[in-house]
This record gives sequence, structure tokens and C-alpha cells, in this order.
Amino acid sequence: MAFVLKQLPYAFNALEPYIDAQTMEIHHDKHHAAYTNNLNAALQGTASEGQPIEEILANISAQPVVIRNNGGGFYNHNLFWEIMAPGGAKQPEGDLKKVIDASFGSYQNFKEAFTKAALTRFGSGWAWLVKQGDSLVISSTPNQDNPLMDLAEVKGVPVLGVDVWEHAYYLKYQNRRPDYVEAFYNVVNWDEVTRRFKG
Amino acid sequence: MSFTLPALPFAIDALEPFISARTLEFHHGKHHQAYVTNLNNLIVGTEFENADLETIIKKAEGGIFNNGAQVFNHTFYFEQFSATPATEPSGALKAAIENTFGTLDAFKEAFNKAAATQFGSGWAWLVQDAVGKLSIVQTSNAGCPVRDNLTPLLTCDVWEHAYYLDKQNLRPAYVADFWKVMDWKTIEGRF
Repeated sequence: MAFVLKQLPYAFNALEPYIDAQTMEIHHDKHHAAYTNNLNAALQGTASEGQPIEEILANISAQPVVIRNNGGGFYNHNLFWEIMAPGGAKQPEGDLKKVIDASFGSYQNFKEAFTKAALTRFGSGWAWLVKQGDSLVISSTPNQDNPLMDLAEVKGVPVLGVDVWEHAYYLKYQNRRPDYVEAFYNVVNWDEVTRRFKG
Repeated sequence: MSFTLPALPFAIDALEPFISARTLEFHHGKHHQAYVTNLNNLIVGTEFENADLETIIKKAEGGIFNNGAQVFNHTFYFEQFSATPATEPSGALKAAIENTFGTLDAFKEAFNKAAATQFGSGWAWLVQDAVGKLSIVQTSNAGCPVRDNLTPLLTCDVWEHAYYLDKQNLRPAYVADFWKVMDWKTIEGRF
């Protein structure tokens, strides 16, 4: 069964003014759609056709690079749309807050480390908050790699990610990646991050 | 030594409508400038403090390589454009391209494919090796053929910042327009 590009769980303009509607529309309807279509085309007729995406990513080193790139792009954007939402909590609460405090000392420390990972990723890629057992670590990956991939330096379950490909922010922020990353914290859906951590 | 940002060799709006003034303002005034500034800051107190760019590209790693190579790559990229370009190669370069790729169109088709399929940030290049043989190579991020002892002749920046304001996700449309301001006289001078 082919992978399907899901609708955004909110309107294109829902994350304004932090992420603009034009960026969201192109990012979802063009970039994410292309990863989805390219992944389906690359999988067609192979032994991996019909496997869950998590399974494909867990054995990605055995796959051609086209599946690594587009499979990562498909999964990462699914996560990205879901871990954002308009009007969510400003900071993690409850059990997730406790784990963040235990892993990083404080929310502020977490934020500084996550921002640093996002800003120092040279070229295209992602910064991640990764579940490893009962704790959390921060990593970044190039291009469309992610922590589920067997070839990732830091492996685990991603519970939060920020896309630092220029297409994620260039129309609104141009060269100012730091402004984009700072704005991103205003639209994090901490309920969804918590759900992924507990899942 | 301290590096400085070379001025664009044409007016900021000279490449309109193919590459916009707004794109060039950011690409040259912000991105290229940041690579120069970062490089100057990073080399202080290192073995590269008095090195030339070629040495940095061939020997440095990490941030010094990334910023040094991006200084070179962008200067090299901007220099090849003109508002009144020679639209085709002539003489020995034309002969070498036809000898290697068959026709100019076949070369462009192969180069366009290299530019379109470089996944993520990077560059497509026409290069010449030590015995003069031409080939097309791709590099990711700051990658630069000079590091591999190849002589670059022509390059296309496929970082999204090179085209996103003008073309968004349509990288092939950017590469098609890139040829319209490519000055083959400059490329012949490099050959």
C-alpha cells in the first residue's frame, strides 16, 4: 500500500505570525508531497513495498539512497506538522517537564541546547529531541536523516524536531535561521510531544 | 590574513528577471558576507591565520573549511554572470565540451541533472582534471573541487537560498534561468 500525504491538522495560516501561510502551503503541498511521491515510486515492486515506514527507516543502511532521502523526508515532515499547533502550552508540563528537567536541568537549558543543535547544523537538516529509554537527548542530522535510522549517530525515537532546511524558513526569515528557530518555540505542540514520549 | 567580500561584478539588479535583486541582496550581502566574517573570526590563532584560500580549502576541516570553501564557491559563482553574457562557448572550450559531451545541449542536460539531483544543499560543477579532461561533479554543502585537485570551470549553487525567493521549490526552473545569465567568456577565461 502506498504512503499517503496526510492533510495538515490545521489551516495553512494557523501558525501565523511565526510560520507564514505561504511557507506552510509550499512546504506541505510541494516539498512533502514530492518526498511522498518519490518514496512510493522508489518502493514500487521492491521487497520493502508495504512495510511500515518505521521498519524501513530502522534498516535504511540496506536501502538505496533514494529511499533514505525520501523515506526520511516523508517521515520527518509527518512528525513536524504534528508537533506544531496554534495556541498550545508555552512550555512542557507534567511528566514531560519532569523528564526534561531530569535530562537537561531545566526547560531553559533544554531550549539553549536544542537551539544550538538547530543553528550549528551546517547546510540542510534537522535538530531533534530524542527519547532514549526513560530520558531525552538532543541531536541533529543532515538532510532528511533521522534518529530512527540505523545509520544515525544518535539513535532513538524522535519526539520533537525542527526542520532547518532553508525551504522551512526562507520566504519569511531569509538568512535569519536564529529568528525562525526562536519563533518555532511559540508553536510547539507539547501535548503531542508528550504523547510521542509516552508512546 | 583577513579576507574581504568581493563586490559583485555587476549591478544588483543586472540579472533580472532571471536572478532577482532581492535574491542577490541576501545571497551576496548576507550569506557570502557571513562566510567571510565567520572565516576571519575562525582562523584567528590557528595555523590558517595567514593561509590563502586554496590552502584552507585543501587542508582545513570543520568550520574553517566550510566557511573558507563557501567564500571561494560564492566568489566563483557570482563572477560567471553578466547582464550581457556570451551565450555560448567558442574556440577550444567549445571543442572540449563537444568532444566530452557530444553537444552543448547534451552537456547542459547532464549538468542540469547533476544540479537537480544534488540532494540537500550543495553545488554542481564543470571541472577539468590535471590532464585537461572535463567532467561534471556534485558536491554537498561547502564541498569544493579544488580540495580534490580539480580545476573548477563553472558552478551552480543549489543551496535553497540561491533560488527560494524567486523560484521556491522549483529548482529546475532556477537552473534553466541560470543559463540565461551565464557568461561563457568568463568560463573560457578559466579554461
